[in-house]
Amino acid sequence: MPDGAATVQIEGVWKYFGDYPALRDISFDVEAGACLALLGRNGAGKTTLLRILGGLSRPARGRVRVLGGDARTASVRERIGILGHGIGVYDELSATENLEFHARLHGMRDPRAVALHWLERTNLLPVRDGLAREFSRGMRQRLAVARAFLHEPMLMLLDEPFTALDDRAIALLQSLLAGARSRGATIIMSTHQLREALELASDVALILRGSLAYRGERTPEMLADAGWLYRHYGEKE
Amino acid sequence: MNFFRGAAVIAAKDLRSELRTKEALNATISFALAILLLFSFAFDPDADMVKQISGGLLWLVFAFSSALILNRSFAREVPNDCLDALISSPASGAQLFLGKAAANYALLLVVEAVALPVFGIFYDAHWTRQLGLLVLVLLLATWALTVIGTTFSALTVNLRLRELMLPALVYPALVPALMAAIQLTNVLVGSDTLDRENYIWFRLLAGFDVIFTLLGLAMAETVFVG
Repeated sequence: MPDGAATVQIEGVWKYFGDYPALRDISFDVEAGACLALLGRNGAGKTTLLRILGGLSRPARGRVRVLGGDARTASVRERIGILGHGIGVYDELSATENLEFHARLHGMRDPRAVALHWLERTNLLPVRDGLAREFSRGMRQRLAVARAFLHEPMLMLLDEPFTALDDRAIALLQSLLAGARSRGATIIMSTHQLREALELASDVALILRGSLAYRGERTPEMLADAGWLYRHYGEKE
Repeated sequence: MNFFRGAAVIAAKDLRSELRTKEALNATISFALAILLLFSFAFDPDADMVKQISGGLLWLVFAFSSALILNRSFAREVPNDCLDALISSPASGAQLFLGKAAANYALLLVVEAVALPVFGIFYDAHWTRQLGLLVLVLLLATWALTVIGTTFSALTVNLRLRELMLPALVYPALVPALMAAIQLTNVLVGSDTLDRENYIWFRLLAGFDVIFTLLGLAMAETVFVG
């Protein structure tokens, strides 16, 4: 990717479910190192857009470039980390086996060492041989966070990352996100939890019924009043 | 990542998952043995009848029982949205398809390895007389079953009625391969020698395998991502 180029470039993206346009002519860029809060009500199209950026779906129309290429090329996907609604770990495998499997998929040199390193970072090392299905909800969430971060991605796509996380997992995720930003990674997260998101975000995009209503830097007004953005750019009730 | 290494990683994960739970394997083996047992009681076949029906019986047992393993292949990825994690990994759709197919193939061969001796005992069939050629038929026809089943398992994974849809899609597509497998198994278990005409069935099986493997690999990305 050339210096100065945006990490994510979205040009005129449309996506339909049947006849219904879930995304309507969305266009914006996200600069390298930015942390974008993708805001919008339920059904606005945030998850659909994140899925397209993560290579899990294709747009019906328009063009998306991620980390300088198509999101479906292997070289791009190995630099993307996704934390979605599902935790993405196998209940019948142990914590170590789950992380080792994902480390192998990412072609990492010593998958066992990587898995153990991330189990230690997420305080799961004492239960490394326990099956994921035997874990508490909080432990499963931390395992999911480890899975998403273990290959040190340069683009993190997070779909409602703080929803259903316990205090420990929220603290872990916040520290990992801060660490990712400090090494220059770009973060895009959709969320309903405005205050937490705006505290982390450098940029904001608001999507209303599949259309982009606002795209800009996060301003002090937004931080002071989490509802400011919706009142100025949101739909009138 | 090397193409085959990526597929092997996925296959190893699937086999590890299945061997830990044995959900599909136990159910499939039990189902296959139950059908063999029931048919042997229902028809009480003599040697001539075994010659005539061995191919059809064996391949119907293998085909119907395989639906359980093939269904689990992608259904295993549904809880916790594991399929999304797989698709978003650097592994390509083709690697994912090949890895899944390899794991299914190994599991189906295990079922056949258990069912064949039981078939021999229940039906007093001398299935080992042309073992080399019979193994070749099993390898080719099971791969046909695997590639078709894996492709449709991926296509139906998000359907509410996937357990019903999978057999409805798989069996019609398998007809040519099953016909070849049945013909060849009849000859080999019946201790007849293969003539020139029979080798056409081998060629059909091999051609079927090559064509549908290539189709599966080529379509995998579209099946997973759209």
